[in-house]
Amino acid sequence: MKTTFLDFEHSIAELEGKIEQLRFVQDDSAVDISEEIGRLEAKSLTMTKDLYGKLTPWQIAQVARHPQRPYTLDYVQHIFTDFEELHGDRAFADDKAIVGGLARFNGQSCVVIGHQKGRDTKEKIVRNFGMPRPEGYRKAMRLMKLAEKFGLPVFTFVDTPGAYPGIGAEERGQSEAIGHNLYVMAELKVPLICTIIGEGGSGGALAIAVGDQVMMLQYSTYSVISPEGCASILWKSADKAAEAAETMGITAARLKSLGLIDKIVNEPVGGAHRDHRAMAQSLKRALTDALRQVDSLSPTDLVAQRMEKLMSYGRFKELAS
Amino acid sequence: MSWLQKLLPPKIKRNDPGARNKSIPEGLWSKCPACEAVLYRSDLESNLCVCPKCGHHQRLRARVRLDQLLDPEGRFEIGAEVVPVDALKFKDSRKYPERLSTATADTGEADAMVVMQGAILTMPVVVACFEFDFLGGSMGSVVGERFVRGARVALEQRIPFICITATGGARMQEGLFSLMQMAKTTAIITQLSQRKLPFISLLTDPTMGGVSASFAFMGDVVIAEPGALIGFAGPRVIEQTVRETLPEGFQRSEFLLEKGAIDMIVDRRELRQRIAELLALLGRQPAVHA
Repeated sequence: MKTTFLDFEHSIAELEGKIEQLRFVQDDSAVDISEEIGRLEAKSLTMTKDLYGKLTPWQIAQVARHPQRPYTLDYVQHIFTDFEELHGDRAFADDKAIVGGLARFNGQSCVVIGHQKGRDTKEKIVRNFGMPRPEGYRKAMRLMKLAEKFGLPVFTFVDTPGAYPGIGAEERGQSEAIGHNLYVMAELKVPLICTIIGEGGSGGALAIAVGDQVMMLQYSTYSVISPEGCASILWKSADKAAEAAETMGITAARLKSLGLIDKIVNEPVGGAHRDHRAMAQSLKRALTDALRQVDSLSPTDLVAQRMEKLMSYGRFKELAS
Repeated sequence: MSWLQKLLPPKIKRNDPGARNKSIPEGLWSKCPACEAVLYRSDLESNLCVCPKCGHHQRLRARVRLDQLLDPEGRFEIGAEVVPVDALKFKDSRKYPERLSTATADTGEADAMVVMQGAILTMPVVVACFEFDFLGGSMGSVVGERFVRGARVALEQRIPFICITATGGARMQEGLFSLMQMAKTTAIITQLSQRKLPFISLLTDPTMGGVSASFAFMGDVVIAEPGALIGFAGPRVIEQTVRETLPEGFQRSEFLLEKGAIDMIVDRRELRQRIAELLALLGRQPAVHA
């Protein structure tokens, strides 16, 4: 697969283009230029490392939305075995923007739930660009209840621009669907391990992201509103998205320092899209660790600990009375 | 302003450069924003700010609302000691602390929620009420914490909890802290539920975004005032997304009732009686009369 480069990566893209050309020439050349290729490859790697070492929040948002970024089903394929997809909310439809089902994690039965985006135009439309409707959230809730009934841990993967703002979605109770999930997750008696793998877009993300362990991939984002949305409301111009991204604090590093997430999972050099397999392997290690931390707790302790964590969210001042 | 100036029709009134443009008209008369009827202000107020001509329910300030709903005796405010901070050093065209102080100057409130313990027709309750005039009633850390403290008092005293929403959603200036208030507020409701304490959610104009999509629909009974705008996404966002004209009455209380999203629409003038009745029924107590 040929890597798609983002705007800010043009210098790397140029270099990679040159390497590609040299490789092509090398095939029918008498002179050995492999040394030169190797040198350029090393240079490209260093440049990528440097560039990714100092990405701005807005650039990170671009990486989080990269068209080649691994999606939930990619992780399911690399991390889990025996995946049995389960469909539908039993009331209205099967929302393809959220996938879920039974699977095994390191041999142990579990439930997997995640937002799913599409790769090509056709699939993007089928997946509604990863923007769920109420039935998607209700399917997720049904699977969480199923997990609770059979004592299975739940792994969720978050990657959505947000819940779909459509007429039908409102008519069928988008608000209620999201709120109900928050309610169910607050008292679910099995471990909930949540990972933001791409875009954590507002309430549509949170609706499957209340957990005992909340992790973020290094170049994923998590925010109360998209940087564009925030900019168009507060600055009255979507062009100020970069500034909004900066001030809102949407990156893994910032949110970890604010105590809003538990762990950052590092990505391969140049982002998760450069190497799906390596990304999946390091995520699997992180998930194993995260599950180990909560797996031995009794259901009562687990829920109590989660409640304590939820109640700790927020920054305010307390006046002496 | 002297009595003479008050009586002068606006045309002859001199423009006073010192006077601020206020959204709430001052003086004896008030125009209904829905039917444009000119109403005698004290008539309107004695009618709980419901237009006597067309029944339009005007938005209420939090303390006015609590005053209308609660019995006059035995009220205690909860959580007033919790006040906002600027955790993110947030800055758009203005700094967040500046926006906060302007909102405080305009409303007299430190944040967008007032919580009170009191009684409705002698039935003890805790009521959390959003202040829409404070940054659009947006939910940040303080709103979340005051809500939780109110719910905890309800839990300790084993009394019902009521929340009255009037909000645009989550507060952008507190970033992800605001989003997490959705999880926090909804989580405490599970505890009320486990102890079989009623939670009544009263949705008023407007109830949108992150508040709508958290505890607002988790009430044992969900009530709306007539004509309130209630929904997840704002009408403009939806219109831009689907590129269709929205149906008549979309996201209004009556629409939600028809779609099965809420239990009932109650006229403000009957709220006290109806809520007390509901609480008595849920608590297996004898009927309450005003």
